[in-house]
Amino acid sequence: MATKSPIEDPVVDPMIDPRTGEYAVIAPGHNFKSVTQKIAGIVLTGHTPLAWFFGLMFAGGVASLVVIAVTWLFLKGVGIWGITIPGAWGFAIINFVWWIGIGHAGTLISAILLLFKQTWRNSINRFAEAMTIFAVVCAGMFPLLHVGRPWLGYWLFPYPNTMNIWPQFRSPLAWDVFAVSTYATISVVFWYIGMIPDFGTLRDRAKLPLAKYIYGLLSLGWRGSTRHWIRYETASLLLAGLSTPLVLSVHTVISFDFAVAALAGWHTTIFPPYFVAGAIYSGFAMVLTLAIPIRKFYHLEDLVTLRHLDNMAKVMLGTGLIVAYGYAMEVFMSWYSASHWEFFMMWNRMFGPMGWGYWILILTNILIPLTTLWWRKLRVNVTYLFILSFVVNIGMWFERFVIVVTSLYRDYLPSSWGTYRATKWDYMLFIGTWGLFTTLFLCFARFAPMIPMNEIKMMLPQTKIRPGGANAETVIEETA
Amino acid sequence: MPPREGTYGLLAEFNTPSELVHATQMARREGYRRMECYTPYPVEEAAEALHFHKTRVPLLCLMGGVMGLTTAFLMETWINVYAYPLNIGGRPLFSWPAFIIPAYEWTILFSGLSAAFGMLALNGLPQLYHPVFNAPNFRNGATTDKFFLCLEAHDPKFSLTESRAFLEQFSPASVVEVDH
Repeated sequence: MATKSPIEDPVVDPMIDPRTGEYAVIAPGHNFKSVTQKIAGIVLTGHTPLAWFFGLMFAGGVASLVVIAVTWLFLKGVGIWGITIPGAWGFAIINFVWWIGIGHAGTLISAILLLFKQTWRNSINRFAEAMTIFAVVCAGMFPLLHVGRPWLGYWLFPYPNTMNIWPQFRSPLAWDVFAVSTYATISVVFWYIGMIPDFGTLRDRAKLPLAKYIYGLLSLGWRGSTRHWIRYETASLLLAGLSTPLVLSVHTVISFDFAVAALAGWHTTIFPPYFVAGAIYSGFAMVLTLAIPIRKFYHLEDLVTLRHLDNMAKVMLGTGLIVAYGYAMEVFMSWYSASHWEFFMMWNRMFGPMGWGYWILILTNILIPLTTLWWRKLRVNVTYLFILSFVVNIGMWFERFVIVVTSLYRDYLPSSWGTYRATKWDYMLFIGTWGLFTTLFLCFARFAPMIPMNEIKMMLPQTKIRPGGANAETVIEETA
Repeated sequence: MPPREGTYGLLAEFNTPSELVHATQMARREGYRRMECYTPYPVEEAAEALHFHKTRVPLLCLMGGVMGLTTAFLMETWINVYAYPLNIGGRPLFSWPAFIIPAYEWTILFSGLSAAFGMLALNGLPQLYHPVFNAPNFRNGATTDKFFLCLEAHDPKFSLTESRAFLEQFSPASVVEVDH
């Protein structure tokens, strides 16, 4: 009884690679078949977990708040929101920036980490991309509703019309339309192209005729031909190479919405890099929020291992430090600029009537995560990371709140000062988008391959080609 | 395309990628040219064995990018200088630095769409019917864990008996005749 069982001994934990001391990216003992069965099984199972239905019901219920809030908005107009003059950019813009920032981690994982050959990303890239798309769906709604007459939203696009009116391309708001619509399109295309071979696998493994039919259509008749694969890999690499500058440009353009305005607290050159870093920071937090319950619920600990969580926490630490640097520089520059307005803006942001927002931001975005993520014990502690992911996303929401509200409500002319107070309709729409996001994500987890099977297979040791065509037994022996 | 009849080719099934690559290399050396490998994940060595190196996807992508860049930039210039000139804070009508940003986005949009749809077009997808799906063992393995080599019947060297004997020497799991 006194001797420890080998499983409990951390030195011989089968998940730890003895050479590097790191957690393995894939649990040992997997082969092509087991990977396929594990991932395709989630989609093709005849027994949908009951919890999934409850989750969908709950999320769908919350999502219906969007319908209620938007219906009332269409009937009454944006006056039902808390936006006023001078605080004309309330929740709508805060939530827009917050949601689209969350999406950025998905593109970072699928594109930038692919270019850097970070193969560990393969297990998490598919659902991170899905997260991107659903976050962009939620994000896109806000500016569209904020324009007041969303049914005329197409006026934002340059198209020949009888009014002979055209967009004004010196405005960052016109840039936004181009950046966000491109981002949404390319993300969807990249995501779908990535799923084609896996839809082929699902088509071939499906038992139900309807599933065979639908996945057959979605797979476009994919048959795994080598010539197809080579073109496919080239296109994926190109899309990754294109998405990398795209993802950096999207939040840069969004930060231009602020930085181009001549308003103290907005008019600063640090905004683009600091927005992008903040976006990735919050996005990785959201990937953790999604990955931790999913790996537990679907027993995917073999494929989404502690190594993934550890690496994601490291990325959060890195981007969090950039964000912290951004905050520090904002404070420094408002003093160094010797501008009365800048100085007042920062004082008001910290100690004004909404100063509490600033300190929540510092606490949740800087103090809690950036003091604790240095410890590996905490980086591989699933419960801690799950809680922390919420903390960081609350912090990132407050960052946007602080930027939008505290810069606007007390600007140059004290006679035009006001305040900002969100109404129940603001909250209803915001909470509703969480439900919408969760609903979309649950549908994705049920009906699409959450983890790219072909990319996981490429990481297995069985893929090693031996000259002369070794027989099957030797390969199996080696991996055993 | 007229409906084809008869044999499409011979499909050999292998359990490991190494066997597939070896068999493909030998078939190439034997003089077979019209053949294709089917694998559950990209096997670069198989493409090398088939002597398939160059794809035109990057070219299409570049063309898309150039098209997106010029389209967006010219459109912005035409709109803001000629079609609907507006004086915004006294800035010049031809404010090209501001025009770069939407042009940059459309460069990415057009090149990305060209890469994706160009890849599908070059691959001939969507193509829901293909003769290899007629093989009884193909769908069970090709997208899961088996590796296939298909010697196609329109290869001048192809013969049902000799090609089958040729494939048998690599001890495949099976060799199946595939009909159109």
